[in-house]
Amino acid sequence: MPPKPLDYESINENVKKSQYAVRGELYLRASELQKEGKKIIFTNVGNPHALGQKPLSFPRQVVALCQAPFLLDDPNVGLLFPADAIAKAKHYLSMTGGGLGAYSDSRGIPGVRKEVAEFIQRRDGYPSDPELIYLTDGASKGVMQILQTIIGGQGDGILVPVPQYPLYSATIALLGGSLVPYYLEETANWGLDINELRQSVNQARYKGITVKAMVIINPGNPTGQCLSEANLREVLQFCFEENLVLLGDEVYQQNIYQDERPFVSAKKVLMDIGPPLSKEVQLISFHTVSKGYWGECGQRGGYFEMTNIPPETVDQIYKVASISLSPNVPAQIFMGLMVNPPKPGDISYDQFVRESKGILESLRRRARIMTDGFNSCRNVVCNFTEGAMYSFPQIRLPPRAIEAAKQAGKVPDVFYCLKLLEATGISTVPGSGFGQKEGVFHLRTTILPAEEDMPAIMDSFKKFNDDFMEQYEDHRGYSRM
Amino acid sequence: MAVSFVMRKSAAVRFRHLFNRSIAVLQNHHQHKHQIHHHPISSSTYSSLSSPLFSSRFLSSSSSTSMASSDSSFPVTVHNINPKVLKCEYAVRGEVVTLAQQLQEDLKAKPGTHPFDEIIYCNIGNPQSLGQLPITFFREVLALCDIPSVLEKPETPALFSSDAIERAWNIIDMIPGQATGAYSHSQGIKGLRDTIAKGIEERDGFPANPNDIFLTDGASPAVHMMMQLLLRSEKDGILCPIPQYPLYSASIALHGGSLVPYYLDEATGWGLEISELKKQLEAAKKDGISVRALVVINPGNPTGQVLSEENQRDIVKFCKQEGLVLLADEVYQENVYVPEKKFHSFKKVARSLGYGDNDITLVSFQSVSKGYYGECGKRGGYMEVTGFSAEVREQIYKMASVNLCSNISGQILASLVMSPPKVGDESYELYCSERDGILSSLARRAKTLEEAFNTLEGVTCNKAEGAMYLFPQIKLPQKAIEAAKAAKTAPDNFYCRNLLHATGVVVVPGSGFGQVPGTWHFRCTILPQEDKIPAIVTRITEFHKKFMDKYRG
Repeated sequence: MPPKPLDYESINENVKKSQYAVRGELYLRASELQKEGKKIIFTNVGNPHALGQKPLSFPRQVVALCQAPFLLDDPNVGLLFPADAIAKAKHYLSMTGGGLGAYSDSRGIPGVRKEVAEFIQRRDGYPSDPELIYLTDGASKGVMQILQTIIGGQGDGILVPVPQYPLYSATIALLGGSLVPYYLEETANWGLDINELRQSVNQARYKGITVKAMVIINPGNPTGQCLSEANLREVLQFCFEENLVLLGDEVYQQNIYQDERPFVSAKKVLMDIGPPLSKEVQLISFHTVSKGYWGECGQRGGYFEMTNIPPETVDQIYKVASISLSPNVPAQIFMGLMVNPPKPGDISYDQFVRESKGILESLRRRARIMTDGFNSCRNVVCNFTEGAMYSFPQIRLPPRAIEAAKQAGKVPDVFYCLKLLEATGISTVPGSGFGQKEGVFHLRTTILPAEEDMPAIMDSFKKFNDDFMEQYEDHRGYSRM
Repeated sequence: MAVSFVMRKSAAVRFRHLFNRSIAVLQNHHQHKHQIHHHPISSSTYSSLSSPLFSSRFLSSSSSTSMASSDSSFPVTVHNINPKVLKCEYAVRGEVVTLAQQLQEDLKAKPGTHPFDEIIYCNIGNPQSLGQLPITFFREVLALCDIPSVLEKPETPALFSSDAIERAWNIIDMIPGQATGAYSHSQGIKGLRDTIAKGIEERDGFPANPNDIFLTDGASPAVHMMMQLLLRSEKDGILCPIPQYPLYSASIALHGGSLVPYYLDEATGWGLEISELKKQLEAAKKDGISVRALVVINPGNPTGQVLSEENQRDIVKFCKQEGLVLLADEVYQENVYVPEKKFHSFKKVARSLGYGDNDITLVSFQSVSKGYYGECGKRGGYMEVTGFSAEVREQIYKMASVNLCSNISGQILASLVMSPPKVGDESYELYCSERDGILSSLARRAKTLEEAFNTLEGVTCNKAEGAMYLFPQIKLPQKAIEAAKAAKTAPDNFYCRNLLHATGVVVVPGSGFGQVPGTWHFRCTILPQEDKIPAIVTRITEFHKKFMDKYRG
């Protein structure tokens, strides 16, 4: 009998090739254990609300009112909703043609895109054109759409940092393109070295790959570094020289935990440089409502802004967006609210500031606790989480542990992470899911567990790790056989 | 400037020649209408797009080969982007709609400059944009899930019905950590999938497994996902009805496969003949195309027919026999307007035949955007996948996980539409009156419009038994066809553009959906509010009369 269309051997090879570790083997095992009743601490996905972070009150009130617009006419509405939330809900409903239940423009509600453009202008000090801003169902959808536009086949390469967020590797594989890695330098605090970039591009070209785009994740995922302005300048210059589109993943722009390097957008740096670069370098910047102190992952809201993309290409991107009709409308409202939050004098302003500052300051403390915790463990070194939501410690696995992993048929860091999960319930993602230099092993955790749980989590990690090392490390004085 | 691609009934290969020819026309045309622009662009190499794809009109680029060599320095230009992106087309939001948006801007800026004072969008099944109100109960629950902190407040019952509060509690308790703002399981929240599975069971009388359900941001991403899974190259084909909803042609083009058309028979109310399926399957095989799946849209879009159970049985048997995956687009399952027809899911039909998981691979798509709920903006939907090996299901899960999860509000709504209020619930009566009010009004609108179209000279229109559309055929006079040619556009596009300019009514030319060569149609939704229908009928009737007077010859 011939194989059926959906037999494993006959499905699209690109689908099989694609890997997405954030929800891979470790996550599945953790879910199993959870079903068996074990307490699992999910630190595998940057999913703050799942770990107890409360949503900001104001945006939820506004969106709830948009969901149930009949409440706006109810004399009792003031019992549950502050006046500024009511006003905001009316503001956004007036922008839609048919409320939350109608498809919007495929690019997103024009009024919200205008608010996004105003936000970008306030942030960067340079004008932004709402026509070049597309709202999306989360940043991932935007990244997929842009990569789909760029990648025509195997000969098209995308420069991606390693370690990287596996959205990029998975999508490039699905689309049948080539991932061209450039390594971040762990010893230089995950710095981005232009010489390394140049080498990667040359190597790819030597193999016949046309490198078309470069991805930067700033602040870094999983690496947590914040790029300096000088570094961004170099990157843009490099893209100019090498004729690359720069894809700026800036979804963690609110998540900054140090003061030396505040977030600077690639767009601002590009405009600061001025012509010819500011008119020539093609840039797409991504943002989301899932991160920052919002953490509204479940809403699936995001946008991308296009700079120096010719209108004919924009038309094509529009066309592909239109096939999916429109991004979900509630999340578009969340995006509007995120870029245009309550202002001083608004009834909800104080509460909004209290809630958002509370979250951000706590994240800052957690970043510190986690880095310090890892660095106190045997054979573990960890760069400080300057931004984003992750800690990416290097685990120096002893040869005997690597041997044991091999025997178990596991990649060494997967082996370690599985043991960690079984022993402590901490669900992490092995570094191999993000890419790492050969022979070096990491894991990624989020810094999102509740602050009060943090010391206990780090204690239990330390205990596991030190026992593990004790078990697998050759002891001094132990006779060599 | 849309050029109609003309479909041959026989084989895809023959279509290819026509396709290339129409592209040649387009390219010439583009050069005429080229606009100078400071960004370098170049003509894409259409001739290399040799796969027998349907609906490959490429509309928007102003391109010029003369500029191609002058500058190819930008990494992203239309000449070097993914050719599959260039190739796909989506008429529902195509040229006529773009024109409508311009006219709307015009009207806003300079009222009174057109013979109408508003644009009426009949191009897209977007009911709430035309004034349809949401179901109160659903929205109450969604609002409460957005603000779970108020559920316990004593003031809440003053604003919300008791069963909405109870349902919101149920749902929030299903979500791990009660976190409505968190990414969920990539297939969707388990408790919601349980609810949906139960709803399917009640609908079909056969069990449904929550693990077979993948919640998605509307039905469209689910269709994309299946195409991505199935299509390896242009040698892989998908049998699609003609006329079809262009999501399919667009998605197949984007994923680099081949659309294998089968024609619905207009003369028998858009009947689906097994002999036609067989013929097209054989023709495709002869062309070296491995046909992997059959798409059936029931109730039909744009054609509005509801399949008989007997017909569905034959389709299921055909798929089993030929080893085809059955992709069942059942998003209009609640939209049936004639008493003699009922919606039957393909899963129910397959199970009634005694076919289990090992006999047939079946994917059923459902959406919150259609039905009486019409919640397009929520982007909620699901697919139920049955008859897949565990290995393949893992692959589907992995694809879903790259996008993390679908939006939670849409997930909740998908569960609500599959488990609406029941007898005895506080909201039951209101729910019923809202639902029945919308559905009976839609039925009346469908009938009024159908009858109106059938009175027009040279127009015949099948009944909309279901879905949200009418797809009348217009016999265009030779002079109109010539005028279209002179205007460098397809005759149906010419008609629709004229209709828009004269009336403000936006419809989609039949060529966006595919039609038998030499016939012309347009798709018109039945969604404008009922009180507007008489005026629309009058405007279209007047326009049509003038159009025919002008071109009758």
